[in-house]
Amino acid sequence: MAKEQNKKNSRRDFIKKLGIVGLGSASMASIYFDKKTLEEKKPGEKIKVLTTDKKVVEVNVSDIIPVEEEVNTDKLQHRGRTGLVGKKFVMVIDLAKCKNARKCMHACQSVHQLKPEQHHINVLQMEDEVNGATYFMPKPCMHCDEPQCVSVCPVGATFKRQDGIVLIDNEMCVGCRFCIAACPYSARSFNWTDPRDAEKYKDVPYDVELNVPQKLGTVTKCAFSADRLRENKLPYCVASCPNGVYYFGDANQDFVTNGTTRKTVRLSKLLKDNSAYTLLAELGTKPNVFYLPPNRKCEEPQTT
Amino acid sequence: MNKEAINTLSLSEIENDLTQNIQWTVRSRIWMGTLLFAFAICLYFYVQQLIYGLGVTGLHDYASWGIYISNFVFFVATSLVGMLISSVFGLANVKWIKPIARIAEIIAVSFAMVAGLVIITDMGRPDRLLSIFVYGRVQSPIVWDIAVVTTYVFISLLLLYVPLIPDFAMISEKKKGLPKLQIKIYKALSLGWADKPEQFKVIKRLIQTLLVIIIPVALAIHTVTSWLFALTLRPGWDSSIFGPYFVSGAFVAGSAALIMALYFYRRHYHLENYITEEHFNSMGKILVLVSLIYLYFNLNEILVPGFKPGTAAGAHINELLSGTESTLYWAVQIFGLAIPLILLLIPRMRKPFPVTVLSLMVFVGAWFKRYLIVVPSQLEPYLPIQNVPESFHHYSPTTAEVAITAGSFILVLIIMTVLSKVIPLIPIWEVKEELK
Repeated sequence: MAKEQNKKNSRRDFIKKLGIVGLGSASMASIYFDKKTLEEKKPGEKIKVLTTDKKVVEVNVSDIIPVEEEVNTDKLQHRGRTGLVGKKFVMVIDLAKCKNARKCMHACQSVHQLKPEQHHINVLQMEDEVNGATYFMPKPCMHCDEPQCVSVCPVGATFKRQDGIVLIDNEMCVGCRFCIAACPYSARSFNWTDPRDAEKYKDVPYDVELNVPQKLGTVTKCAFSADRLRENKLPYCVASCPNGVYYFGDANQDFVTNGTTRKTVRLSKLLKDNSAYTLLAELGTKPNVFYLPPNRKCEEPQTT
Repeated sequence: MNKEAINTLSLSEIENDLTQNIQWTVRSRIWMGTLLFAFAICLYFYVQQLIYGLGVTGLHDYASWGIYISNFVFFVATSLVGMLISSVFGLANVKWIKPIARIAEIIAVSFAMVAGLVIITDMGRPDRLLSIFVYGRVQSPIVWDIAVVTTYVFISLLLLYVPLIPDFAMISEKKKGLPKLQIKIYKALSLGWADKPEQFKVIKRLIQTLLVIIIPVALAIHTVTSWLFALTLRPGWDSSIFGPYFVSGAFVAGSAALIMALYFYRRHYHLENYITEEHFNSMGKILVLVSLIYLYFNLNEILVPGFKPGTAAGAHINELLSGTESTLYWAVQIFGLAIPLILLLIPRMRKPFPVTVLSLMVFVGAWFKRYLIVVPSQLEPYLPIQNVPESFHHYSPTTAEVAITAGSFILVLIIMTVLSKVIPLIPIWEVKEELK
């Protein structure tokens, strides 16, 4: 019956319908084709699609016009506020590995439109109070489970998503900087003057997961690269580290992946076997960033 | 009041005395012109800030609250004196405060209203001010603060206005040489007042009610303001005595402001028969009292964490007492609190002029004390300040920032001047009542 109906319509109308389906259910990969998927197919190949009245039909690949999903701030805001369902993102930082290469800082600053003095992640040189030993400590946002910054925000511009990520929405931020005052980790930065390359980013739709374009008079912070996680990729800082410092993953699945070696290990075991700790745990903020102590004797962290 | 001198005057002479400030003399026009000119300069700097952002200030990521916030705290503090004089002493039936209660309310209203503007100058996005009302989260202490400050301004305005109703009626009938429009406004504001006994009964009951309501609200504005700091985890701010510590400090700043205002109003408008040397003597004693209470809280604030030097809070106290800001700290404590406190114990020092000078010292000291509460804590975060310019280890306000802050004081002076040109500074009907 579906075929009969299709015959009545012109081919063009049918493709249009497909487009609507594609837009309306973007998350269902089987019916939404992005350009790349189509390019992988040879012309003449058949492909199964679902029509608007929920029938599966086969069409020729060459008949399909790829639909580009329209990117606008509203959509980005909606998905940015919702987060990635069922995930709980965590980071593990192996202090024994950090050699202060600062590739993480540079990667982060370049994608997030930051100035040299603005840090979403900052590699600090720490000194052990007891034995005087120094070590390098990368410090992103801790994405606390009890985020002080979120509690104090007067307008809900900064918020914690169900996947654990704390974001700042610079479309809403009023610039009171209470969150900066409240954060014990000094994780936040402010756009005191016009952001870097403001002119270049002028027409880019605002993505709350990337917090770009940056806006004058608003707060900015580490987003755990929420935009990359959406694409199943590791955060910018994690992926750019040459020394295997970072592990990143999902606490619900109890797995983290090293950004350099791409080795995936069990999170709970990694934390337990290496006496992992969180920063300023006594404050009760419950960070989702864990540190492996810098003075471990063995070269490789224990995972077995 | 100097009853002997006033008793020799007729009622209309008293009315004349107490309404002669309601006119724009050449001198007051020049004064007002100067204020407006100075304010315009400050406004120029604020426009700069609106265009280029908060980058025109000396603020940065590690001292992100500076003199705007300390000034806001100071303004809220000063405005509390309205509650202290009118309510605390008024409800205790202390008679001598009657002639100065209105001036205390004028200070309350002007400082509280300008405090609201000061906080806007600190906003990175003042264009989104309305968001706070539309999307306000009740969990945020900022929203609590806005709610209580607004309530306080509103009740203080009522406390200024309601006792003015009989005076407005009197002025609209008897005061000569005013523009017709102004008379009409007085008439309208007097709400048909006709000096009837039942009207007096109603107005007194209303004032009494307002005086009671404003006590918790006034305590709330400064307690909530202290919570903006105390509810964070920062050493130096994370303190359970911040509420009473701020409130007691507020009475110090406010009493000092009131003494100065009394001095200038009295001198300029020849109110010597109504605001007497005895008022200065008593206000001097009140200043001693509130300063002692404040000193007590200071001791608690310093000694308790300071006794545990290993803790973050202890390290902060140590830094305050002997670190980079210690010169300012000791200057404020000695010249802004200790010396005035000791000198005010000497009766001669409670004469109008010396008590005003000492009040000025207290007032200036109180301003810098707010700076010392707000700024140093931010410059000693838990984690080291690194990979930022050297200047991020310090905070020095820029010209624009100082000018905008000065503008807030000028605006208070403008409001206080304008009010003194349109309303009697001393409640005339209450003076008449006292003489009966």
